[in-house]
Amino acid sequence: MVNIIWAGLAAIGIIYALFNGTMEEVNEAVFSGAEEAVALTITLVSVLVFWLGVMQIAEEAGLLDKLAKLFRPLFTRLFPEVPPDHPAMGYILSNFSSNIFGLGHAATPFGIKAMQSLKKLNNNQSDASRSMITFLALNTSSVTLIPTTMIAIRMKYDSIAPTEIVGATIMATLVSTVGALLIDRFFYYRRQRSL
Amino acid sequence: MLVQFSNMVIPLLILSVLLYGTYKKVPTYEAFVEGGKEGVAMAVSLLPFLLGMLVSITIFRASGALDAFVHLLEPVLAVFHIPPDIVPLALTRPISGTASLGVATDIIQNDGPDSFLGKLASTMQGSTDTTLYVLTVYFGAVQIKKMGDALKVGLLADLIGITASLIICYILFS
Repeated sequence: MVNIIWAGLAAIGIIYALFNGTMEEVNEAVFSGAEEAVALTITLVSVLVFWLGVMQIAEEAGLLDKLAKLFRPLFTRLFPEVPPDHPAMGYILSNFSSNIFGLGHAATPFGIKAMQSLKKLNNNQSDASRSMITFLALNTSSVTLIPTTMIAIRMKYDSIAPTEIVGATIMATLVSTVGALLIDRFFYYRRQRSL
Repeated sequence: MLVQFSNMVIPLLILSVLLYGTYKKVPTYEAFVEGGKEGVAMAVSLLPFLLGMLVSITIFRASGALDAFVHLLEPVLAVFHIPPDIVPLALTRPISGTASLGVATDIIQNDGPDSFLGKLASTMQGSTDTTLYVLTVYFGAVQIKKMGDALKVGLLADLIGITASLIICYILFS
């Protein structure tokens, strides 16, 4: 899917330029696009290094565990098929806590661990269980508190208020997460009815 | 109010992490450096994704094809008050996070980060995650063959996220 979009964008652009007489602009675009990406990466290094550094402190101080404890009552309701003391619950909570701080890299290993334990709970079947789908819905709608990368990019392009979007992002992320969980429930009940 | 709150979140978060870390006797500076090392690797590993996508999009835009495409969609979008320039981002967001990051960057670079479009792109990119990535990585890692409703749930959630960003940005920024 990504492959088709990626190749398609460039191919359509070049073919369109053939007829539109904008080949010179396209020629320039190849190099300016590449340069832009390198400049952007350098900005990203500065923000990611700082932020991941701060998060490492938070993790070693046990703040992520604290957060996980805070959300436990809510999560036992979201995942009724997972026993509260099962390791799967712990991994789900760690994954969620890392996502909140925009720590995608830390969230992914926890997420995979969570999926592995959920699969065990599901007798190692190769179909997605109810809990797995809920967990996925939670992850794709990703509750984010600090959109680190977007702040970095806004800074790079001289925003007068790079963090202005934090409030809007938190609101949008809450709406999409609640929506995702509702849709997940809806599909679950629909499956139950058709059985 | 909200703008002030937004500006406070990050400094206060840093302050609390530092104070709490010190109180818990975490070697703060060493932990910081340890975590920061990962940031370098992460940013560098993103470079090929960003570069490929930015070049492709820049070609598409420079040729005039993007304008033609958006012009074609204008009547439909006008009905829903959707700014046409946001369409490429809304379409790539569920498919690839790095690709849509490239699209969002392109919008911010062209219209400015403080324009309505720039803020909308930032919110849209920041508020949802990539369904296809999460699906591939998580289900791939444990070899789930039948995804059930997972893809449908994920894509519908993206639709909600994109719509929510649009509405919230209209209320807050326009």
